[in-house]
Amino acid sequence: MRFQQIDQFAAELKADTRAAVYDGSKKGHEKRTKLLFDEYADPDRLRRIAGEVKQHVVENLDTYLPQVEAKLKANGVIVHWAATAEAANQAVLGIMRARGATKMVKAKTMVSEETELAHFLEKHGMEALETDLGEFIVQIDGDHPSHIVKPIIHKNRREIATSFEKNGLGAYNDDPQTITRRARHFLRHKYLEADVGLTGANFVSAESGRLVLVTNEGNSRFCLAATKCHIAMVGIEKIVPRDYDLALFLNLLARSGTAQELTVYTEFISGPKSPTQPDGPEEMHVIFVDNGRTEVLASDCRDILRCIRCGACLNVCPVYRQASGHAYRSVYPGPVGAVLSPLMMGNKFPQKADLPKASSLCGACHEVCPVNIPIPDLLLRLRNRAKEENVPSPGTPPMGAWAVLASQPTAWRASLFGGKIINYLPTKLLPIPALRAWEAKRSLPAWRGGEFRKWLKTRKGRADFSPPASSRAEAKKAD
Amino acid sequence: MPDYTTELAVMRQMMGSRDGLVVFSERLALVNGIALTDPVALVARLRENKWLHGYCDPALWPALAPHFGADFKVDTTYDRKRVDDYAFGITRAVGAIAETGTIVLNDATTSRRLGALTPWVHIAVVERAKIFSDLPEAVAGLGQDTNVIWVTGPSKTADVEGILIEGVHGPGIQIALVV
Ligand code: SF4
Repeated sequence: MRFQQIDQFAAELKADTRAAVYDGSKKGHEKRTKLLFDEYADPDRLRRIAGEVKQHVVENLDTYLPQVEAKLKANGVIVHWAATAEAANQAVLGIMRARGATKMVKAKTMVSEETELAHFLEKHGMEALETDLGEFIVQIDGDHPSHIVKPIIHKNRREIATSFEKNGLGAYNDDPQTITRRARHFLRHKYLEADVGLTGANFVSAESGRLVLVTNEGNSRFCLAATKCHIAMVGIEKIVPRDYDLALFLNLLARSGTAQELTVYTEFISGPKSPTQPDGPEEMHVIFVDNGRTEVLASDCRDILRCIRCGACLNVCPVYRQASGHAYRSVYPGPVGAVLSPLMMGNKFPQKADLPKASSLCGACHEVCPVNIPIPDLLLRLRNRAKEENVPSPGTPPMGAWAVLASQPTAWRASLFGGKIINYLPTKLLPIPALRAWEAKRSLPAWRGGEFRKWLKTRKGRADFSPPASSRAEAKKAD
Repeated sequence: MPDYTTELAVMRQMMGSRDGLVVFSERLALVNGIALTDPVALVARLRENKWLHGYCDPALWPALAPHFGADFKVDTTYDRKRVDDYAFGITRAVGAIAETGTIVLNDATTSRRLGALTPWVHIAVVERAKIFSDLPEAVAGLGQDTNVIWVTGPSKTADVEGILIEGVHGPGIQIALVV
């Protein structure tokens, strides 16, 4: 194979899909930046502090998790722990069976994507219906979401209209308003018939045990107004220490995710419905899911567990914009996915070790991340791990010869001079894959080997040049 | 654990010394919601759009009934089987947030979760004295209720080609009647 898998995918991507992904992600990013900088004196400070708060949680999960469990139990919630995806799905199935339930309505949750809950339940004879419009469309299409916030960013209205028609949701009509109304009508009766409502949680406050859930469509609220049993599947890293921290995180999440000041529905749930309230769950379960998270915690990339799944790093990433989410072969695409997905593979890490390489390390993801995750650093650590584990890297030019030259000054000088030969060779015909790939799109610049050294030696003011004392000391140490 | 004041999370130049109701109305309008202070204006708007059948919290109805004419059919009980019949639902809010144009509902003050969610138009009746200025203040005021929901404008999506459509699963029209 000549290319990395992700490059191959991007090369074969339909022009329509590329355009949809590119426009969708760019639009979100531009609005986000404006909102943050117009409305806060120092938006970077917000990000930094939010990052520190989440890092504190990640490093103290062992004390926060029992605290949350106790709080939830005191609030009348039944708490389950699931080490694996399978265990989490089994827990859901167990709860449904115990209640004699057969129908579930599901709000969007990334954890349930990880565990492929809907498929699992369907295999066991349960109905599990996605209610987020995008997720619903993905479900009836037998497709996968390609963005963690905008699941159908890769689809256009014509494709959606076609699948609505195929699934008996009315004659072909690609007007987005009509599509939405049809889904509204179809789904509201489904909510009312369902036995169980499943949601995730964006945050869980350790102080109060409140689950915080944000949506724009109102689907999670509908799940929790129509059904009698609420199951929340929650990644163990979703905790924030205090209620006090919620304002900060809600502000950042809405702006970073969808460029809103606040999501339309922000729900704070600390237990089953109040006794006086006729609608809503009488029984509430929270399933804390590990599914590889403790492995991430044990690695040198634990910072990624701060992630609040806003999708801003996807929107800003030049690679994501060109390759689309499906190129990452994972539930989590984009920069966050390039870090998280290989890590969550555990000892199957090599299967996704190519993802951290799909980055120019431009740093845009770090700059937008509302919890200030140094994604480029983490990508480098994972590249290093792949190298150490000898994971083959197709399409990467071998660097061995370069390393030999670069570590021997005489050989280096000779090669700088000798490289001039390339200016006289028909480079288009050279059988070097990397060179050919480059030449397919642009032409190689002329070889100017040695010019920089010449310039450095002869430039004006050379006599005054001496490195600052501190860097000299460091250079010594490095020696 | 970093220490910070919640002032950090307050939008700049949003409140100043301005009145909570003014800011709330302005911010609600920005998310396509409507703030009204006069029940007469509310009834006129419902009539004009032919939203004549609705659900109303029984605790609110005695005060509102005189404003509604005989052309309206208003139920004070909610029937799940008739989910498509209710054009509007009137319920009480426990508060509002000025900074974001948000109304705050909880289990104690909402007569029916479904009554506030399923009709095309939701009218939240909120007391003027209960408008928080900003998110940190509203978080501090969450109280003991097991279910609090902040609603900021009508239900919406941009899933299809990034085009904004209102009224996905919840109300397409969100009104706050401030009393
Ligand atoms: S890594 Fe940061 S920017 Fe990316 S989804 Fe997570 S929180 Fe958002």
